[in-house]
Amino acid sequence: MSAIILFLAVLAVIAGWWLSQQRLTAKPWLEEGPAGDFPGGDAVSWPAAKVGLGVFLAVASALFVLFISAYSMRMNLMDWRALPVPRLLWLNTGVLVLSSVALHWSYLAARRYDTEGVMIGLLAGGASAVIFLAGQLLAWQQLDAAGYYVTSNPANSFFYLLTAVHGLHLAGGLVALGRTSTKMWRGAEIADMRLSVELCAIYWHFMLLVWLVLLGLLTGWTDDFVNICRQLLS
Amino acid sequence: MVDIPYEGTRGIPPAEVPDVELYHPRSWWTRYVFSQDAKVIAIQYSLTASAIGLVALVLSWLMRLQLGFPGTFSFIDANQYLQFITMHGMIMVIYLLTALFLGGFGNYLIPLMVGARDMVFPYVNMLSYWVYLLAVLVLASTFFVPGGPTGAGWTLYPPQAILSGTPGQDWGIILMMSSLILFIIGFTMGGLNYVVTVLQARTRGMTLMRLPLTVWGIFTATVMALLAFPALFVASVMLLLDRLLGTSFFMPALVEMGTLSKYGGGSPLLFQHLFWFFGHPEVYIVALPAFGIVSDLISTHARKNIFGYRMMVWAIVAIGALSFIVWAHHMYVSGMFPQFGYFFATTTLIIAIPTAIKVYNWVLTLWRGDIHLRVPMLFALGFIITFVNGGLTGLFLGNVVVDVPLSDTMFVVAHFHMVMGVAPIMVVLGAIYHWYPKVTGRMLNDALGKFHFWVTFLGAYLIFFPMHYLGLLGVPRRYFELGDTTFIPSSAHSLNAFISVVALTVGFSQLVFLFNLAWSLFKGEASGGNPWRATTLEWQTPETPPGHGNWGKELPVVYRWAYDYSVPGAAEDFIPQNQPPRATQHVQGAAS
Ligand code: HEM
Ligand SMILES: [Cu+2]
Repeated sequence: MSAIILFLAVLAVIAGWWLSQQRLTAKPWLEEGPAGDFPGGDAVSWPAAKVGLGVFLAVASALFVLFISAYSMRMNLMDWRALPVPRLLWLNTGVLVLSSVALHWSYLAARRYDTEGVMIGLLAGGASAVIFLAGQLLAWQQLDAAGYYVTSNPANSFFYLLTAVHGLHLAGGLVALGRTSTKMWRGAEIADMRLSVELCAIYWHFMLLVWLVLLGLLTGWTDDFVNICRQLLS
Repeated sequence: MVDIPYEGTRGIPPAEVPDVELYHPRSWWTRYVFSQDAKVIAIQYSLTASAIGLVALVLSWLMRLQLGFPGTFSFIDANQYLQFITMHGMIMVIYLLTALFLGGFGNYLIPLMVGARDMVFPYVNMLSYWVYLLAVLVLASTFFVPGGPTGAGWTLYPPQAILSGTPGQDWGIILMMSSLILFIIGFTMGGLNYVVTVLQARTRGMTLMRLPLTVWGIFTATVMALLAFPALFVASVMLLLDRLLGTSFFMPALVEMGTLSKYGGGSPLLFQHLFWFFGHPEVYIVALPAFGIVSDLISTHARKNIFGYRMMVWAIVAIGALSFIVWAHHMYVSGMFPQFGYFFATTTLIIAIPTAIKVYNWVLTLWRGDIHLRVPMLFALGFIITFVNGGLTGLFLGNVVVDVPLSDTMFVVAHFHMVMGVAPIMVVLGAIYHWYPKVTGRMLNDALGKFHFWVTFLGAYLIFFPMHYLGLLGVPRRYFELGDTTFIPSSAHSLNAFISVVALTVGFSQLVFLFNLAWSLFKGEASGGNPWRATTLEWQTPETPPGHGNWGKELPVVYRWAYDYSVPGAAEDFIPQNQPPRATQHVQGAAS
């Protein structure tokens, strides 16, 4: 459970920093009058949807970190046999990076009011995300063909589970991306769509980050890294 | 008292919300069924939660019948008893209390109390309710599937939860886990709304330190739930896979019904860590909204500002944070690394400090208040007493050496029913009496309400107080019958029968409450907009019940905190939050 505790500690620092801006030491019973008289305590100027996405990403991170916690506890038991990570995953990772880059491109285009650029970025990002998901399925098939079944070892079970959870989150993102693209296609004003495009891009970067962390975990790199840190500390 | 002139108050334009942003229902369906209005969603949540809660209540009667009069009721067998326990516990904790406090009270009160027109993502909010309803239906369906609901206990511990000796092994456990997963998805949608609405949609002047404590409690509880429920999600998914696919996340190698099972190597302890990482914060997810609501009830009905508002806010936040590092106090007997126990015992005792601060502040708010013993106040007082009682036994159980012999006895059952069963229910009932006039425009009947309070409060004590004693005798929990044992005297059996009779009486007396709710809806005395003469914004709406969009053309502007009661020199004994300071203002400090 140390991973999740660490994660919560980070969140607590962020929350603490935010709270410290909110004048929690004010004496509200003495402060009668309009808000402007007392600085601080206002809503952030971000649009609600962006704050909403931020909160959702925190929740999704908690979910992944909890899976990682479970992984690292289960991994220390006797029967764990790490499985060889299919080479295909590297290719998939490359595609996911492309996907993220394409959406960022789209976001930059939106800032320039370049409708065509936005469309191209969205389509390229969506298509490469679909390719990534297909590639993940292919990787499953390869593992299955090589005899690494879901149930034969906890390492395998976790591999399928983590990739599936990540894939489902990405698929959920594709729904939002699809809706944004359809609206663009139907000729929505780019000024109205900027926020949606930006949120898609943020979500994609997040999914890429999660994937990189999971990849590190599944390949065992994180493990080596943690061991090195331990040795340095002790 | 010196009057000092105060300038610069009139010219504050209220923040206008452009009309297009507000969603408008177009038909009867979108107004009352697929509504995106938080107030309608709140009522849908509350009715659904109460309906399934009544099922859990009936289950508790069946359990009490069996415990009080073992061998008398042939329609209850040992397996069913376990199924009743499981469904009762799970429904009460998650599908009733969590849904009611956050989905019900949260949806109704947050937008009104912060001065917003609605939640920030109304569509997602609507989805949240429908996913919750689906979760409830899936859960209820387990009563009708072959094999019935799961009997694994509300903690669902593997390995037994998914083995063939446990009732409901075919369908019950699968549907239970699916229902939990749905619940969490639905809750997350709602939770995003509650958090972002508090963060982003507060009206002009509503700084965080001017929020009523109800909002602080619900807000913090939601943040906690958003971070704690994923642990239950992870545990449920992995347990589901163990059951469906035969993975061994949690399942050790074992012999099942005489044959070696397909499982091997898994860790039941891992499940317990995940479960309680959710399970302990869950206690406070139910408690923090109750804390907040009780603070507002006490302040309003004692006509006094809440004592130590800042301390109350800090305590809520501190409890929220600390409750994530105490989970393993539920696992002293699990076989985990023993020295962990001392760490968790320490954190458990530390969390008692902010909790105690809150209790002191409630009592100090009452001190020399102008206490009106109206029904909501009675329930609030009932809460304080019950909560202190349950909290004290919690301090006992938090210590390893005390917990080990008491673990899995009726003492534990008594403790958690006091602290997270009866106490929050007291608040729920008090809150219903308090806000019913706002929701319906009519008062609940006072005489029936007082009757309801005294029967429920005294009854709850008669039910759960003797259980401590049974637990000290060593009567185990989750036992279908006790049989003949030397350490359980026959008086314990009589006591059990007594508890059961009271439980049935208290249960049936709730009919009075249901009748009151229904009758007052049509025949209750008209309440007007602000019957309790309260300060918070929900009582200042132009219409009662509040119309679509909550406020008229303009959002309210907030000029003061939520607790300006009995301010010396003021014309009335309360000053609404949206009342501008008068041209002359009393001297600072008068209200503190
Ligand atoms: C109407 C009043 C209630 C009565 C008479 C009642 C009675 C009972 C009984 C007899 C048990 C089983 C004890 C055993 O044999 O182990 C039980 C278990 C339980 N109850 Fe209640 N209860 C009531 C209300 C509540 C409420 C409001 C909650 C909400 C938190 C709650 C939560 C639980 C839980 C979590 C369990 C443990 C289930 C398990 O062992 O898996 N109960 N209750
Ligand atoms: Cu606990």
